[in-house]
Amino acid sequence: MNELQWGVKLALYAVMGLSIIAALGTVMLPNLFHSALALIGVLLGSAVIFLALHADFLAAVQILLYVGAVMTLVIFVIMLTERLNDKTLVQRNSQSIAAAIASVVFLFLTVKTILKTAWPVPASPVPPVEVSDLGAALMGEFVFPFEVISVILLATLVGAIVIAKKDKPA
Amino acid sequence: MDQIFVEAKSRTLELLKPFLPEWGLILASILMSIKVFAVLGPVTMMYLTLLERKVVGRMQNRIGPNRVGKWGLLQPFADGVKMLTKEDIVPAGADPVLHFMAPVLIVVPALLVFAVLPFGRGMTGVDLNIGLLYFLAVSSTTTIAIFMASWGSRNKFSLLGGMRSVAQMISYEIPMVLSVVPVILIAGSLSTNTIVEAQSSLWFAATPWGFFAFVIFFLCGVAECNRSPFDLPEAESEIIAGFHTEYSGMKFALFYMAEFMNSFTVSAMCATLFLGGWQGPLLPSWAWFMLKTYSLIFVMIWFRGTLPRFRVDHLMGLAWKFLLPLTMINIFAVGFWYFNAGIVRWLGTAGILVLSFWTLSRLNQDYVLEKRVYRFAD
Repeated sequence: MNELQWGVKLALYAVMGLSIIAALGTVMLPNLFHSALALIGVLLGSAVIFLALHADFLAAVQILLYVGAVMTLVIFVIMLTERLNDKTLVQRNSQSIAAAIASVVFLFLTVKTILKTAWPVPASPVPPVEVSDLGAALMGEFVFPFEVISVILLATLVGAIVIAKKDKPA
Repeated sequence: MDQIFVEAKSRTLELLKPFLPEWGLILASILMSIKVFAVLGPVTMMYLTLLERKVVGRMQNRIGPNRVGKWGLLQPFADGVKMLTKEDIVPAGADPVLHFMAPVLIVVPALLVFAVLPFGRGMTGVDLNIGLLYFLAVSSTTTIAIFMASWGSRNKFSLLGGMRSVAQMISYEIPMVLSVVPVILIAGSLSTNTIVEAQSSLWFAATPWGFFAFVIFFLCGVAECNRSPFDLPEAESEIIAGFHTEYSGMKFALFYMAEFMNSFTVSAMCATLFLGGWQGPLLPSWAWFMLKTYSLIFVMIWFRGTLPRFRVDHLMGLAWKFLLPLTMINIFAVGFWYFNAGIVRWLGTAGILVLSFWTLSRLNQDYVLEKRVYRFAD
């Protein structure tokens, strides 16, 4: 591989490392707003990984929906919580050690399974999926899940409006 | 003349060819494009501030700045020096991480969008095949930075202004995204270059659906940039300065720069999608692009000089109750346009859109109080 490809590979590993650090920050930072920002870091890192794997539509939609919409909602909710960065907030409880051991064991088993599986790798590089193909699939083969999701969205909107409405004076 | 910048870049690369290995040439090409945008962005913003002050001044029957340099042309440099030498005040109770990162995170998306603008024939920074989606995605991350600025300042007015600003931005994002869907339908691609080339026969703004989509996209863009008449979140007489109250010096300059760069990119995108981008008869392609973009920026400055500010419930009502249904009917109208031909499609589309515009205006009229009758003592 020439130097440019080495550079890209190194940058990608750096982005993955930063995403892992941001993920650790999400769960370990005492300030809730800071952990929301760390979550945004993780989402941006995964968008970069999507880009590196030639899934550019998915990367753009990840940023548009996850960072632009879902995280806005999460931050709105965080602003409504009371104790945002109280120093007396407990970060651990009595089961911390057992949880740590269980997580490490789970990680070990997962990595071993991943490394042992014979992933089917195609012989030639997979051509990138065009956006028009995605649209055609969404309207053709996957139209039923698409419509079900829109019904669920409608139900969510109606529910939110009902909950947020002011009560009529008795 | 048309390809002067492309020629300059390829000549420079040829000059560098004996010195660098192959990967070095690719890197040099990327760095040259990045350097152009990194210089173009702030310089554009600087002269946009001067343009705004002069134009608003003329509309208010006074001359703008004219002391520093002939016609005030060196005023932006004086402003830059002023911003750089001001004291950087951070409030005592402010969250240092949020307060520091907010101006940075608001400028980065504004600069990133310069990469997909088609400045001329063959002069797009990166010709992504999802160019338009990239623009929409990256400009939607501005809301996070505004949250950070308003929360990190630890100031009730900042928080209120920030909340209003975020509510306004997310409300106006939806009609903005939906108003672009007809363009994607007719052009058949998300790439900005392809969309410009699809307008070689007829600009999209000259069609009924395109005209409505153009106006809706432009209004939503003005709202996204927090400019007048949608500038309730940062209006001086309303809320001190909203989310950027507690920022001084260079950090305020970064917020200001982000607002102007956003208005440039929104006008440029509007010109690309609806006004034919760099298409035009006599002048070079990049001159047409700049002409169209700057005319739209002039219209934005004109709005600022002329219109009073919207009240917040009118602001939200316009987005949700008027622009959003209109964009959805626009998508239906463009479907009608696609499947018919000749005079039928022109009249049909225009009829659908004018009828829906009239209906929505009537439905959105506020309750009008009945005229009072005064009885004076005689």
